[in-house]
Amino acid sequence: MALSAEESGRLAALLGGHAERVTQRWTEIVAGSLRGRLSQAELRRQVQDLHSAIVATGEHGAIDLSAESAAELRAALSDLSRGRARQGFSATETAISVFALKDVLAGLVEEAGGDNALRDYIAFSRLIDEMGLFTFESFVRTRESLIADQAEQLLELSTPVVKLWEGVVAVPLVGTLDSARAQVVMERLLQTLVDTGSPYAIIDITGVPAVDTQVAQHILKTVVAARLMGADCIISGIRPQIAQTIVALGIEFGDIATKASLADALRHVLRLNGVETARRQPRRDV
Amino acid sequence: MTAGIDLGHPQAQAIRSDEDVVRVRQLVRGVAVAVKLSLVDQTKVVTAASELARNTLVYGGGGTVEVATVDNGRRRGVRIVFADSGPGIPDLDLAFTDGYTTGGGLGLGLSGARRLVDEFEIETSPETGTRITVTKWSR
Repeated sequence: MALSAEESGRLAALLGGHAERVTQRWTEIVAGSLRGRLSQAELRRQVQDLHSAIVATGEHGAIDLSAESAAELRAALSDLSRGRARQGFSATETAISVFALKDVLAGLVEEAGGDNALRDYIAFSRLIDEMGLFTFESFVRTRESLIADQAEQLLELSTPVVKLWEGVVAVPLVGTLDSARAQVVMERLLQTLVDTGSPYAIIDITGVPAVDTQVAQHILKTVVAARLMGADCIISGIRPQIAQTIVALGIEFGDIATKASLADALRHVLRLNGVETARRQPRRDV
Repeated sequence: MTAGIDLGHPQAQAIRSDEDVVRVRQLVRGVAVAVKLSLVDQTKVVTAASELARNTLVYGGGGTVEVATVDNGRRRGVRIVFADSGPGIPDLDLAFTDGYTTGGGLGLGLSGARRLVDEFEIETSPETGTRITVTKWSR
């Protein structure tokens, strides 16, 4: 849906001929929709960038947004939407920055008049629609990459390996344990086992809402890997509903020690080490 | 009335990625809470949904899930339909054998899911793909 060379030429002439007026009006419309959340100067610079990209592309022949010749225009559009997405503007607010050009053009085409006015305006509109869609797509792409970044940060955050006692480390798992997280957990745990020389590791699944076969498999693999390194693993935090589900599913943990709570698991490990824990008698006040 | 849960109307969700499996779990949990399933039954039906949704994704190449509440006059329950247009399951008896897998999992997903729910129906063919309907009733 590209503009022909003549149409592009006319568009470039129209926009280039009234450069000051076009950018002025364009900036005003966009500023109205953004309600002062972006400085006038910044907005003006963005509009000018877009304006000169369109004029430059139009002067060199037919404007085809997907063609090599429109690379500069595409870059200007994606710069705009990247900026908007990062600053937290909505998709509509981003697209309006491009669609505002339609209003500006409507005035200019009407003024210029001529036999082709209507046909030209329709053709220009189509180009602007296409530019709008392109902006929208780069906006979404930017947002998606932001979300992916955050997911990665979350992955970093959510898997601490803590030292509970001399020779005992624990991994409290919280949330969904997918393959990516399971991998991170396993790596962290094994590395901590090496770093601390701990012979015991407790994997606490209190915070895991559902233990299905995939989660169980990840846990089992982690336990086997830890054993290969000479460490013993205990799985704790198995609530009644999880225990019943695991039985119904038919998952077997074999000879891996499992406990209902982290406290039980720690007591179990301490006992294995010959440490007895006993409740001290409350002191009697005479 | 539980917020956000439209009783009676099935809620649909596409299964295209691992994140969708998580969404299916949350959707099923929401409906299970709304029909007042016990905590154990909630966990069971959510786990079954998780297994079947992952099967739909891994072996069916993606598909859709529909979660609805059902009422037989005496009890209420959750009905979940998983549909894909994948290659189907050639040998059902083998697929339901504990420990049998063609993927690399534990081989307990399909058989385990059947044990976790009250009703389990499966239709499968190479032409139409696989359609699994499961129901869990409140006690």
